[in-house]
Amino acid sequence: MRFTKDHEWVSVDGDVATVGITAYAAEQLGDVVFVETPDAGKAVNKGDSFAVVESVKAASDVYSPVSGEVIEGNGALSNAPETVNADPEGEGWFAKIRVSDAGQVDALMDRAAYDAYLASL
Amino acid sequence: MGEHTGELKRTPLYEAHVARGARIVPFAGYEMPVQYEGVLAEHRWTREHAGLFDVSHMGQATVTGADAVAQFERFCCGDYQGLKDGKQRYSVFLNEDGGILDDLMTARPTGQDGLFVVVNAACKDADFARLEGGLEGDAKLTRLDDRALIAIQGPEAAEVMAKHNPELADMGFMDSRKLSLFGVDAYVSRSGYTGEDGYEISVPAADAERVWNTILEDAKVKPIGLGARDSLRLEAGLPLYGHDCDETTSPVEADLTFAINKRRREAGDYPGAARIQRELAGDLKRVRVGLKVKEGAPAREGAEIADADGKVIGRVTSGGPSPSLGSNIAMGYVPPSHAALGTELKVIVRGRSQAAEVVAMPFVPKRFYRKPEQAA
Repeated sequence: MRFTKDHEWVSVDGDVATVGITAYAAEQLGDVVFVETPDAGKAVNKGDSFAVVESVKAASDVYSPVSGEVIEGNGALSNAPETVNADPEGEGWFAKIRVSDAGQVDALMDRAAYDAYLASL
Repeated sequence: MGEHTGELKRTPLYEAHVARGARIVPFAGYEMPVQYEGVLAEHRWTREHAGLFDVSHMGQATVTGADAVAQFERFCCGDYQGLKDGKQRYSVFLNEDGGILDDLMTARPTGQDGLFVVVNAACKDADFARLEGGLEGDAKLTRLDDRALIAIQGPEAAEVMAKHNPELADMGFMDSRKLSLFGVDAYVSRSGYTGEDGYEISVPAADAERVWNTILEDAKVKPIGLGARDSLRLEAGLPLYGHDCDETTSPVEADLTFAINKRRREAGDYPGAARIQRELAGDLKRVRVGLKVKEGAPAREGAEIADADGKVIGRVTSGGPSPSLGSNIAMGYVPPSHAALGTELKVIVRGRSQAAEVVAMPFVPKRFYRKPEQAA
């Protein structure tokens, strides 16, 4: 699993990246009440807002850590947004993206680097 | 609320919030607790039991002197000469254009000469400067910056507080008394900002932490942050100054006509009366309404409101999920032609048009305590 400074995670299987928000991000957001995930076929660029996660207080953009094509959004979150709090780095994934540049994933932080980054905040 | 620069202030309860694990955020120039265990849990706890809120950032003052009440009335549209001893009344400060400078609670507490006033944190310096500069005769404003303000809200609030002073159980909604509580002089009103029964309690800052912790010894009470305070007041249909009303909106537009008391309305002797009397007579461009958002994402402050044909007619001023209803609710301004209950409208969220309907406020029933003999 790799991580961004915006608190997204990426887990790669072949050329497909599963993307979500980290446990830290979910904790900071508090109770997630609404999630908007992208539809299959949507082209995303690294750094684009590709999903929205809403707490009671506010809506926040989720930025894609990679470029590619969305092959599936996690539709289960529309009926069960609380999954993002319960299992942010597992069942609470946001989208699966067919990665166009594998090098983008390698450039992200590993767990140790992300933990060190969190400790610095 | 304006942007605040410079050093953030702390209430006398800051250390108590940190000790209980609150997440602290800047709000109206103060470091305030936004949540403890979570907004949803705190919201529900307050609706079912009793929530304790630190609202010490708000401005407290007394206005005293033989001319106090008549002089104070010059700044607002409330009838305070007609306010009985021991009662509190909501009003708004107005500018000469009839715009709302702030909304406030003003009381004539039993045991206190003159008026006891509570105003919004972000407006307090401007409010008090305006009063100090404008009060004439022997009317005198005294800021009570050395006092904390604690609110306890929820269906179990009365039971909790009766143990600390049985006299509190004898108070009805909007009653106000200066009395001894926790061994100190306290201003207590039976009111709040959640739609629930409860009290707002002003105590000396030096005693605030002891009072806070003593109330929290009761397992019915949990500390509640500003996050749930906002979702609770939204469900109660209560406007938040700087969002749902401001210097550009009049009390008629803001659906606060009840704050223009009859005597003042008949006399037309308040700031901005020319505009407001015209609006009361029916010449109204927009009005604050409640909206039920029937699909999609929460519609938040700034979202456009459109009519059934998609024409933009207004804007959301507050909105979000209603934890009690399990649906998304909002308030915003629309022309009176689109303000009738049941009117089908749209809210535009991130470019998407979502169905909404004008509904009555409060969104959830109010549960204020009215003494039997006071029943209207």
